[in-house]
Amino acid sequence: MLLNASEMSRLVRTILSFWSTSLATEFEYKLNFLIELISTIGNLIGSIFILSLFYNDGHTLGGWTWSSALVVLGMYTILEGFTTIFLQPNLSRIVRHVQNGTLDFVLLKPVSSQLWLSFRLFSPWGFPSLLCGVCLIIYGSIKNETQFFSSSFLISSLLVFSSLIILYNIWFMLATTSIWFVKVWNVNEVLRSTLVAGRYPISAYPPILRVIFTFVLPIAFLTTIPAQGILGIASIDWIIGALSITLFSLFCSINLWRYALRFYTSASS
Amino acid sequence: MPLITTQNLSKSFLVGDKRPGLKGTLKHFVSRKTRLINAVNNISIEIDQGEMVGFIGPNGAGKTTTLKMLCGLIHPTNGHLNVAGYVPQRRQHDFLKKITLVMGQKQQLIWDLPPLDSLKVNAAVYGLSNEEAQRRIEELSEMLDLGDELTCPVRKLSLGQRMKAELLASLLHRPSILFLDEPTLGLDVNAQVRVREFISNYNNSFGATILLTSHYMGDITSLCKRVILIHDGTLFYDGMLEDLITKLSPCRSVRLELTEPQPVERFLPFGEVVHHQKYLVRLLIPRAKLTSSLATLINSCSVKDLEVSDPPIEKLIGDLFKSGQTPL
Repeated sequence: MLLNASEMSRLVRTILSFWSTSLATEFEYKLNFLIELISTIGNLIGSIFILSLFYNDGHTLGGWTWSSALVVLGMYTILEGFTTIFLQPNLSRIVRHVQNGTLDFVLLKPVSSQLWLSFRLFSPWGFPSLLCGVCLIIYGSIKNETQFFSSSFLISSLLVFSSLIILYNIWFMLATTSIWFVKVWNVNEVLRSTLVAGRYPISAYPPILRVIFTFVLPIAFLTTIPAQGILGIASIDWIIGALSITLFSLFCSINLWRYALRFYTSASS
Repeated sequence: MPLITTQNLSKSFLVGDKRPGLKGTLKHFVSRKTRLINAVNNISIEIDQGEMVGFIGPNGAGKTTTLKMLCGLIHPTNGHLNVAGYVPQRRQHDFLKKITLVMGQKQQLIWDLPPLDSLKVNAAVYGLSNEEAQRRIEELSEMLDLGDELTCPVRKLSLGQRMKAELLASLLHRPSILFLDEPTLGLDVNAQVRVREFISNYNNSFGATILLTSHYMGDITSLCKRVILIHDGTLFYDGMLEDLITKLSPCRSVRLELTEPQPVERFLPFGEVVHHQKYLVRLLIPRAKLTSSLATLINSCSVKDLEVSDPPIEKLIGDLFKSGQTPL
């Protein structure tokens, strides 16, 4: 559905007002600010240290050199940042909305409820991860002598973008199930733990896990394939596969949400 | 043409059926038993534009479920709905801009921020320009007697202040149809009166159609001429509040204070004598005979003081539901 100019400006204003109030809420609690910042930096140092352990005696991981594996870690760190900024605060909130019946207020607003629930909150604490992820990718690419602004730049940007969309869709679909099952916190936790596997190239895992991480939980499309795209070594089949999964998952998440709302009973008063 | 129409509206839910205790919990976890609850049964009503209608019934009667179906939040199991020409459950944006739902027990304001921040979000959501939003905030905050509260974090506000701010947030887009679900819940008497006055003013100023549920009969009697009574999901009564009182209580209570004692036989021809003391008599006189009876009593019984009243509406309706009568 195409939006006209005034609808588009209303949408942009709405999202900006969402984020400004979200930021204001975060800054209400000063100590929390400090704790989140320390936790982000600590996580990042830990990730680089673990990766370095695999390489400090000259080994390679699944055929990936240290510098190219850094690009995979960079992708993972970007996804971590994206999760902290949008997915964790918003999609975890859906469960609470369903439990408390406050989803009513969202459904009564003249904006897409999926858009509201996905972008209502904004946590700035994911930005250090996002920035570090980008730095790792740039560093790894330079070490690999990748031509950054070549023709593959568009493809690699597209693959990075599609990995964000795929991750979002998986989270959103899981959160949608709360309409039926109400409490689905654990599913989100399991998902986040599983995604940790995306820190390392998919070829570093045994064959059975490779199949699972490609066709069941598409972790390969979240980090390894975008990293291959950035390094200019992604095959056309995988690129088409990644884009198809992106569109398919988007289609599923939109329609699952619409379908689920037919079963929404709202919490009792 | 009515603004709101429902025809044979019904809603049933499947709810868990669990026995208490650990054994019951484990049994429920392994094999979940459910049962069907008919929350709303074949309700057909029509509400005209600008009407203020009281929607009353005991807890679990189906009031909130009906309101939520009218808003489009939940889909009816059966029946037809039409609100301002829209099918509510489609939740088209034009429809949502015309309505609002205020729930006394739930809040939409951002807890950690002042109400003004939530109002800013609502203004953007409803596409109001900054100037228009500011103008409406000033207008509504004046009607609601809100000032510094708008810049104080919501968590620091009293329940009454919070409810007024909730009303402001719910009405910023100036809806023409208001679904108010216990808007005075938990408020003290003064705050209740102020909220009632505001609702009445809003109705007068903007010609809004209002469907109000409340367990405080004061809200209903002071705001609504028409009431809809619902019990166990079934429509019990739909009509004027005055007619309902007449139906439920065909007599009025008359209290007489006398200057000279009179025998009880003097009063028997007028109606039922509820209480008789030396100088104090309480009678139940049929409404049709009230004026003539009072005139005769004043002329013949040396009356010092006189008071005519209706039994409390809460009691009348409570008795009606308890008696398990068929719909009126």
